[in-house]
Amino acid sequence: MMLVSFPMLAALEVGKHFYWQLGNLEVHGQVLIVSWIVIGVLVISSALASRNLQTVPSGLQNFMEYALEFIQGIAKDQIGVKHYREWVPFVGSLFLFIFVSNWLGALVPWKLVKLPEGELAAPTSDVNTTIALALLVSLAYFYAGFKERGLGYFSKYVQGSPFLLPLWVIEDFTKPLSLSFRLFGNILADELVVGVFVLLVPLVIPLPVMILGLFTSAIQALIFSTLAASYIGEAMEGHGEEAHDDHHA
Amino acid sequence: MDPLVAASSVFAASLAVGLASIGPGLGQGNAASRAVEGIARQPEAEGKIRGTLLLSLAFMEALTIYGLVVALVLLFANPFAA
Repeated sequence: MMLVSFPMLAALEVGKHFYWQLGNLEVHGQVLIVSWIVIGVLVISSALASRNLQTVPSGLQNFMEYALEFIQGIAKDQIGVKHYREWVPFVGSLFLFIFVSNWLGALVPWKLVKLPEGELAAPTSDVNTTIALALLVSLAYFYAGFKERGLGYFSKYVQGSPFLLPLWVIEDFTKPLSLSFRLFGNILADELVVGVFVLLVPLVIPLPVMILGLFTSAIQALIFSTLAASYIGEAMEGHGEEAHDDHHA
Repeated sequence: MDPLVAASSVFAASLAVGLASIGPGLGQGNAASRAVEGIARQPEAEGKIRGTLLLSLAFMEALTIYGLVVALVLLFANPFAA
């Protein structure tokens, strides 16, 4: 389905993809292209910021240090002072990748690049990207739980009452489901709302909606990484004993 | 597409978004009113309250978005279209 607006700067296309054939797999080329651009932006900016480190930071280095402190704050709030350091890279990569892809998807006029089919957009508006990110979070919190508590990690499934076992198992499936659909739905909804507004009135009127879109996509990046960190922190802490020891020590 | 399937899909899509926005609407109103009460009682905690409020509003927003995802699937990727 496709709706085209007057100046051809925006077209609404859902379910159209620029397919690449890899072996017997079909991949969505437009998602990969924009993901690589996002990764490139992140790598180049962090390389530039850390190339000539100063004790008194300025300019780009200053900004990147602020970003790092922000990410450390997210991880520390959710995982706790004791273990947060080793999870800062994971949580930070999630936050930065989602944030930069949401904003690049909204800020760059991708329609100027012509593709044979489909159009370039934020990678997070494709459900495959968000499901991949959410499954990574699942793997990460299982790994964190095993590493921290060994097989004792499974005791959380039968804590309280064994009758709650199915609920705990279901929770392991609903966590990635809700993580991925929340991000995907929000970003796709933003793009669709902006697209519909541009279709109706091409100038000025869509601006507030676009700014709202930037705001919500930043919040979604924050939420995704906060939740990832809190699942990891939850998997690492036992059911109370260690926490009590910490308080007494 | 079978016209009956098309008509009922469009109808169901509108119901999905409409019904899914009722609960979160009530919840967000409730949360916002409590946040305003909290700020009025303790203006110095405004920053913390605002942060928590925004985060919880986004969680409630997600419920509507689930309805929207269902609506979008019905409109653009209808499994019964064959």
